[in-house]
Amino acid sequence: MATREFAAHEAHAHTAPQGFIRKWVFSLDHKVIGLQYYFLALTAVIVGMFLSLLMRIHLIWPNITLPLLGDIKPETYLTLVTMHGTIMVFFVLTTAPQGGFGNYFLPIQIGAADMAFPVLNMLSFWVTALAFIVMLGAFFVTGGAPLHGWTGYPPLSAVPSAGPGEGPGADMWVISIALFCIGALMSALNFITTTLDMRAKGMSMMRMPLTCWAWFITAILGLLAFGVLFSAGILLLLDRNAGTSFYVPLTVFSGQIVAHKGGSPLLWQHLFWFFGHPEVYIAILPAMGLCSQLVSVFSRKPIFGYKAMVYAMLSIGLLGFMVWGHHMFMSGMSPYSAFAFSIMTMAIGVPSAIKTFNWLGTLWGGRIRLASPMLFAIGFVSLFVSGGISGPFLAQPTLDIPLHDTAFVTGHFHLIMGVASIFGIFAATYYWFPKMFGRMMNETLARWHFWLTFVGTYCIFMPMHYAGMAGQPRRYSQFTELHYLEKLIPLNTFITFAAFVTIASQLIFIFNLFWSMKAGKKASDNPWEATTLEWTTATPPPHDNFGGHTPVVYNGPYEYGVPGAPRDYVMQTDPTTVAAH
Amino acid sequence: MASYTPTVAIDDPRTSTGGNGGLPPDWGSDGGNFDSHYFDTRLRRARLGLIVGLTGIAMIFISFTSAYVVRQGLPTLDPRTNALLHDWFPVPLPRLLLLNTVVLLISSVTMELARCQAARKALAHLSSIPGVSVGAKDEMSWLALTVVLGLSFLTGQWMAWRELAANGFYMASSPSSSFVYLLTGMHGIHLFGGVVALLSAGVASLLRRSADSQLILVDVTGWYWHFMAVLWVYILCLLEFVH
Repeated sequence: MATREFAAHEAHAHTAPQGFIRKWVFSLDHKVIGLQYYFLALTAVIVGMFLSLLMRIHLIWPNITLPLLGDIKPETYLTLVTMHGTIMVFFVLTTAPQGGFGNYFLPIQIGAADMAFPVLNMLSFWVTALAFIVMLGAFFVTGGAPLHGWTGYPPLSAVPSAGPGEGPGADMWVISIALFCIGALMSALNFITTTLDMRAKGMSMMRMPLTCWAWFITAILGLLAFGVLFSAGILLLLDRNAGTSFYVPLTVFSGQIVAHKGGSPLLWQHLFWFFGHPEVYIAILPAMGLCSQLVSVFSRKPIFGYKAMVYAMLSIGLLGFMVWGHHMFMSGMSPYSAFAFSIMTMAIGVPSAIKTFNWLGTLWGGRIRLASPMLFAIGFVSLFVSGGISGPFLAQPTLDIPLHDTAFVTGHFHLIMGVASIFGIFAATYYWFPKMFGRMMNETLARWHFWLTFVGTYCIFMPMHYAGMAGQPRRYSQFTELHYLEKLIPLNTFITFAAFVTIASQLIFIFNLFWSMKAGKKASDNPWEATTLEWTTATPPPHDNFGGHTPVVYNGPYEYGVPGAPRDYVMQTDPTTVAAH
Repeated sequence: MASYTPTVAIDDPRTSTGGNGGLPPDWGSDGGNFDSHYFDTRLRRARLGLIVGLTGIAMIFISFTSAYVVRQGLPTLDPRTNALLHDWFPVPLPRLLLLNTVVLLISSVTMELARCQAARKALAHLSSIPGVSVGAKDEMSWLALTVVLGLSFLTGQWMAWRELAANGFYMASSPSSSFVYLLTGMHGIHLFGGVVALLSAGVASLLRRSADSQLILVDVTGWYWHFMAVLWVYILCLLEFVH
């Protein structure tokens, strides 16, 4: 044991730094880096939410002039679409669940003192932060931010003369994405190595909490996907600045023939979506892992089908790399390819259904404690089903082609990728806040936050499906003057007001977050009576996580209601249960 | 409504011992040598990290390869005749690239020698034990030679670019010349990263940092270097033969 402790201690060789800069800014401690990622994502989500608010206001009152911002032109609207999408996908949905909570809790849950490569960990955060600054900088350069959408399809994104914002703003967008890829790759490297090589004694892979499995699989997806996006971004930068023609065919913009020929916009689409579809799972897998964890903890039952959950996540990850073509049914692909992509896509329904079934199976007959993390976990399951069920619709080319450019798709991916993942982030925040800050969050405010957000997001995104089926196009800045869409104005007004209420209710969360840090009720070391390793250590955890010793793991992560045990849960580090079985 | 009966539901918990999952890493509670055990752990971790990192780098070049293959097969529109043309004409590669390849392969050999040399150096303290010989305590000469060869390769690549430009093939001249610059450039940047790592290993020895850390750095850079050599041969074959 002495050797083991020495190794753990040495791995965390940097003793707790005292200065502000080393402790909170350029920290090597995975816990501080996790918090840095979390607050980066919090900043990003506020910016992204504000942009969506502007879009919703513009859609129903296209002619009003907003204070400071002036009137919103069609190209400004496209800028809002682009920056909202990019900021939310990269700097919120990818950053908070993996970079934030993954960094903070993966090492603790597997019993390690830190990530495998602390310096690399610090670098990945700061590269990501730099990427965010560059992304925001795009608003302030000549021409403003780009308008090519978060998917950045060329030739629009590759030709600077294609529109306002496609000059320096688009360059900054591409550079920011490339930087983000570098940060994400370094982070993935760290997560994978840490999971494989730093687990405490007794922590076999199949004893890891499902959160760790989710972070691990997410990291593998990130490792394989972000390299591809990085390459695609390099080619785009070269097309924009070095005169190459990877993506740009002979084409005409503003009456001028471009100085490119022979490139293929489809090449970008293939590379982008080869990244883009796994990215969807990068956003949602950590939430799935967390949901599994919470459903078990708050039902006081072992998770139903642990192995099935692991294999389902693995197969979702694997299939995620084979379905990128379903984003491109509109591109004129061969019907045979479309058929193959369609079948593979619908196959993802199988592991998704297994997961949902197991969540419900865990809830069934449980002694359910409806604390705020559990509310958000159940909310996640609800959103996952509601948003996911339209996936098989869109997986069929014959249905996708009429629905593809409508608000139906907006509703679909916001429910499943956006709001469901965000519910995962909320659940994680309410669940781990006591461990991170040593205090409880206010439960009453949390319940208000949950119900307003849950009902609010359904009110926003469910009607979008109907608007889409009625033919409302997405990415159009103005539809109120189109005769055939007049009947949808009241529905859109309803959506906008629902957005006002939902966004306002996020202020409750932000207030609760900061107020509870200062004035929340003191938390015990294990307020939720959970079994995993983070609840065996002090609150908040000491610099080396376990205060000079390394835990030894005897049990699986979901030992609730064990017959003969003195309590209704058995910690993973508790050796007495070996006798109980 | 179904009631919860703990005995039935929990009797055979599916997660109790984790279904015989993989064994945890061996932390070696066998009372082995203190330092060498810690060193083994660090080395294994660094090598694992390197393998993971190389996977990411491989994905970058796989993407470029797929772009290369796809772009070759695409026709382009001739605005004068309004007909579709095939515009892929392979660039004649400078013969200098062959020389560069030889230099890089030799550097891979010297890198391997440097790795062995660093390992001997890390064990040098054992030579104080009577009867133990770990070879000469020479300086890191193979390391320096590898750096020189690596920089020569990069200079050679730069000269090859100059030669291409002198023949009228620039970055934007034709689709195939774009790929020549792209692939050689990206490889060069990655190899330069290896040079920087070797230089920092050299500096580490000047700064008298622990021989262990230096050995680990040299070891993983060595594998990285070999990977870059193989990658270069792959790129050269791609550019030369895949048309």
